[in-house]
Amino acid sequence: MIINHPLLGPRDSAEFVYLGAAELMNRPDPETASAEDWHGYAYLRDNPAGVHRELWFHEGGDRSILIVTRDTTTHEISAVELARKPRAQT
Amino acid sequence: MHDLTPITALGGTTPRVDTVGDVTLTEVPNVALASVAARLGQESACAKKLKSLLGATVPEPGRAAIGRDYAALWAGPDQWMLSADFDTHEDIAVHVKSHFSNTASVTEQTDAWTCFDLMGPRVNAVLELLCNIDLTGFDTGHATRTGIHHLGCFVIRTDARQSVRIIGPRASAGSLHHAITTAMVAAL
Amino acid sequence: MTQKNRLAGGQLDRDTTLSFTFDGKNYSGHLGDTLASALLANNVRLMGRSFKYHRPRGPLTAGSEEPNAIVELRSGARQEPNTRATTAELFDGLSAKSQNRWPSLAFDAMAINDRFSNFLTAGFYYKTFMWPAAFWEKLYEPIIRKAAGLGSLSMQADPDEYDKGFRHCDLLIIGAGPAGLNAALTAGRTGAHVILADEDFRMGGRLNAETLAISDMAGADWAAQTVAELASLPNVRLMARTTVIGAFDHGIYGAVERISDHLAKAPRGKPRQILWRIYAKQTLLCAGATERPIAFDNNDRPGIMLAASLRAYANRWAATPAQRVAIFTNNDDGHRTAQDLHAKGVKIAGVIDTRPDAPRALDYEVLQGAHVTDTKGRLGLTFVEVACADGSTRTIECGALGVSGGWNPNVHLTCHQRGRPTWDDDLAAFVPGGTLPPGMVVAGAAQGIFSTHGALKSGADAARKALGLKGRAPAVPDAKDSPVIQTPFWYVEGCSRAWLDQQNDVTVKDVKLSHQEGFRSVEHLKRYTTLGMATDQGKTSNMGGLAIMAELAGKPIPEVGTTIFRPPYTPTAIGTLAGRMRGKEFHPTRLTPSHYWAEERGAVFVEVGNWLRAQWFPLPGETHWRQSVDREVTATRASVGVCDCTTLGKIDVQGTDAATFLNKVYCNGFAKLAVGKTRYGLMLREDGVAMDDGTAARLAEDQFVVTTTTANAAKVYQHMEFVRQCLMPDADVQLISTTEAWAQYAVAGPNSRRLLQRIVDPDHDISNEGFPFMACGNITVCGGLRARLFRISFSGELAFEIAVPARYGDALMRKLMAEGEEYDVTPYGTEALGVMRIEKGHAAGNELNGTTTALNLGMGRMVSKAKDSIGSKLSERPGLNEAKALMQIGLRPVRADDKVTAGGHLMNATGPVDAAHDQGYVTSAAFSPTLGCMIGLGFLKDGGNRTGETLRLVSPVTDLTVEVEVVSAHFVDPEGERVRA
Repeated sequence: MIINHPLLGPRDSAEFVYLGAAELMNRPDPETASAEDWHGYAYLRDNPAGVHRELWFHEGGDRSILIVTRDTTTHEISAVELARKPRAQT
Repeated sequence: MHDLTPITALGGTTPRVDTVGDVTLTEVPNVALASVAARLGQESACAKKLKSLLGATVPEPGRAAIGRDYAALWAGPDQWMLSADFDTHEDIAVHVKSHFSNTASVTEQTDAWTCFDLMGPRVNAVLELLCNIDLTGFDTGHATRTGIHHLGCFVIRTDARQSVRIIGPRASAGSLHHAITTAMVAAL
Repeated sequence: MTQKNRLAGGQLDRDTTLSFTFDGKNYSGHLGDTLASALLANNVRLMGRSFKYHRPRGPLTAGSEEPNAIVELRSGARQEPNTRATTAELFDGLSAKSQNRWPSLAFDAMAINDRFSNFLTAGFYYKTFMWPAAFWEKLYEPIIRKAAGLGSLSMQADPDEYDKGFRHCDLLIIGAGPAGLNAALTAGRTGAHVILADEDFRMGGRLNAETLAISDMAGADWAAQTVAELASLPNVRLMARTTVIGAFDHGIYGAVERISDHLAKAPRGKPRQILWRIYAKQTLLCAGATERPIAFDNNDRPGIMLAASLRAYANRWAATPAQRVAIFTNNDDGHRTAQDLHAKGVKIAGVIDTRPDAPRALDYEVLQGAHVTDTKGRLGLTFVEVACADGSTRTIECGALGVSGGWNPNVHLTCHQRGRPTWDDDLAAFVPGGTLPPGMVVAGAAQGIFSTHGALKSGADAARKALGLKGRAPAVPDAKDSPVIQTPFWYVEGCSRAWLDQQNDVTVKDVKLSHQEGFRSVEHLKRYTTLGMATDQGKTSNMGGLAIMAELAGKPIPEVGTTIFRPPYTPTAIGTLAGRMRGKEFHPTRLTPSHYWAEERGAVFVEVGNWLRAQWFPLPGETHWRQSVDREVTATRASVGVCDCTTLGKIDVQGTDAATFLNKVYCNGFAKLAVGKTRYGLMLREDGVAMDDGTAARLAEDQFVVTTTTANAAKVYQHMEFVRQCLMPDADVQLISTTEAWAQYAVAGPNSRRLLQRIVDPDHDISNEGFPFMACGNITVCGGLRARLFRISFSGELAFEIAVPARYGDALMRKLMAEGEEYDVTPYGTEALGVMRIEKGHAAGNELNGTTTALNLGMGRMVSKAKDSIGSKLSERPGLNEAKALMQIGLRPVRADDKVTAGGHLMNATGPVDAAHDQGYVTSAAFSPTLGCMIGLGFLKDGGNRTGETLRLVSPVTDLTVEVEVVSAHFVDPEGERVRA
């Protein structure tokens, strides 16, 4: 697979490490979350046959973590963005 | 002056040089390196400082820039690897930190890496056995981090068709050197 | 031996004669020959035996689709089984052997199978060897293994080298026939980066095998001229001898280039093959077409081959299997073979054409509306039996029969991403269809465009389309544009022992039988009969099988379905897929800066991750590793020892939020750690299980140096980047690994300070008051070298870790040894390190094993409730906080001589020994020279309250039962006085 890195252009997926579903970014608020929220965050994944948002760590490149939107049935990648948005250089 | 004698990453007291056909691989130990990462909210200020230090444009993603005393390559978002001559900049991180002040985190990287120059007319034939870089558009000043036999390395095009600099992890210098010289024999 | 069946002409270098052997006999051929063409020229038709019935076989084809002429090439370690003689380039000294025969090719004892063919039909193995079940492993499988399989392995390591490489292009063109060559010319002249790959060693495809003309010159000459022009273009890369084996996601293609298969031996250091990953923005598939046979009884005798292959042998290789040849065809293409062979002086015994209106010829007889019913000839064809249109029969004497049933486009690569070919009624063949791999366009015969003009034009058009070129298309070179008409004719009515898949011995009868037995799906048919499952993957047989199934089911072919193809296109050596990654080169090796020094000291090394670490340093006279390790432990505890701990992961954490960040990733607090202090930190996974431990040293208000265990360094860094980028994007924190930048040594033992005082420059106070336990700081050593000093201890002794830039690590180690002579300084390895940490009760990888929590490790109270950290919430789960949870404990044998083994389980002193009564398990064990007996660490239910209890340590695997006493895990200096000394 080729992942079109927002900064570096097309790169082979072999340079990346798969980190799991992008939902991992939505860590429950420790002040308010219930036990169910934590259970869901730690253990429950949708595993869709179709469009999936997931995290890829560019370990062999610039160490950015990317949010890749990929169809798990065709490997078609429809969107790639940086997990940590670039800061406006003011 | 201290009395400790350094060794090169390959374990010698002098740099290793290997030539196969018209391509030469040279171990380059006298490169000082420091990582510069902009502090949050200081990205522009850091870039300005970098520009003034380099005396050249700050490199964009996938690029390197050579200034008067320093060169820099883009290493990640708002992060660069600075290099200078080791003989004059052994304490590069200390020098550079005062220049950037609180606009950047600076980390000494000199001995985290081993540096090789690969030079010769058929350097691309060697490179294509080593790493997945699109050589059809890899021009002078391009620089990227990529894998060479499982080792994360920076590859910098130092001359359009003739040469590249490969900066790889120091502890694996022997494996990296073996990979490059093996590819040289295979390709040339 | 003379080349009796060598004709005139051909694309051979007749000045270069090559000698070779086949089954030990000497033959000669020419440069440009394949093994098959050279053998045919030498009047050898018999080249192998079939898989199941051991029937004599010769080549069916002249290319990579070959099912029959499968041989063993070379000898010794380079012996390679199952190689197609039709693609093996001849070189001087080549030795080849036939396969699947014993004792000889002409007399094969196993050919008895052929007599029993009534029993060996489809599903024979499934039906016969199922009962009795116990016989399978002992009797049936060994017999089948001996009888089956084609070639034999050398049983030696492959001495050849293989490379992998990467190439990128705007347009990849697969196949260098008329379509591919003209496409490359069209694209190459625009300046686009083009790769043209072809599996053959000579580009040109069918142009090399035909007598047709392009632009008033021979097709082969036009091909050569085009290749020459392409070679002169710097933006075009020609890759002959390169098979594109697979179309992978997003325009990535796998291609195997044979670098030295055509040489007697690869030049030193050169690979045998290279596996290229080609990254193509656009791809043009010009893979051509494969001729399909017609099935009739005994259609597998040596000498019976595809008509266009017969023609290729005559035109390109100037070879014929016999001087008297007949043709059996259902289309005009078969007649071309007759014309070309006749022109070369081969006697045409007759053209048997199934069509009643077949064209007649002046030079030879054409039998219209006739078909071949049977053949004769034990080791090679001698006669064919023909049923004529008028109902009469004829026996025709011939040594070869060319068979043509039409052509199938080579759609294989279009299927690699599940594209399903569609049926073309006009061609009576499958053409590329469904969803092609993104970026792929198909042209020429692979698209079902069979005329030469059509191929040239479609190649150029497809190249222009792929590159998005506008404007007037350049003129297409002149070539014939005769319409190609294909009518289906799959098998001769009433045939039975008529071969479809010659390599796996699947006949028309087998397909009928499997239908009778209820196998309706194509996939089931394949698996039951093994049709198309041999090394050729059914390139010449799948269509025939499918057509017969369709007929039996009374459905049109497209409704029965088709099987799709998967990579690789042709068999690929495992060595090619491995590349350089074998043996010691499987992964990179990491060496510490004092590795060479340790080697000089005779250290024994152990692999830890990719690192090589000194395990122990044997002295002269020490014959057992325990002697060395015990000595190293004792000497360190008595005076001072030095251990290389460079391999510990080191991560530089900087930024105004660095402390906040560490508070998040460590379960214990770091916000209040003073500058110049170090703290132990435990990292949890979000589910509350311990992930890694280490120390964090605060070098400045906004800078920490974090250490990780050697094995987890990459994983911890990755985790920290996840937290930084995904969970705390608004924190001012920057991370970078500095593991290899520093050579770091543990200096441990009561004399460690005295030794270091000789190294550290005097303006740095490292006294207990000036540099107390857990202090850290930047210092200088040996007269001004920048260094870092940490007062931390893994051994339980007064200890320091000192770090210098890696290039000075070797020198520092030598200096420590020289300066330490007075204290009998002892270098120690990972074994002594392990013994001392067990003696001290420090958890390591064995205890942080992915199942244990902070509570289990006796660090439950470290998980701060005052702040949120990764894993803090879920570590509060009731399931992880049971009253009698496993707790880390120490163990001593009741009898001092008894062994304590890691992995053993703990049982109560009395009662049953089974899983239901399991009390815990032992994680680490070592002989403690300090205590004079073995000791262990482990986890025990309610372990915190069971000190002094006697348990049984059992290991059913090693049949061990030992009485052990539960003790404090801190065997040495439980009060921690030494580290603070």
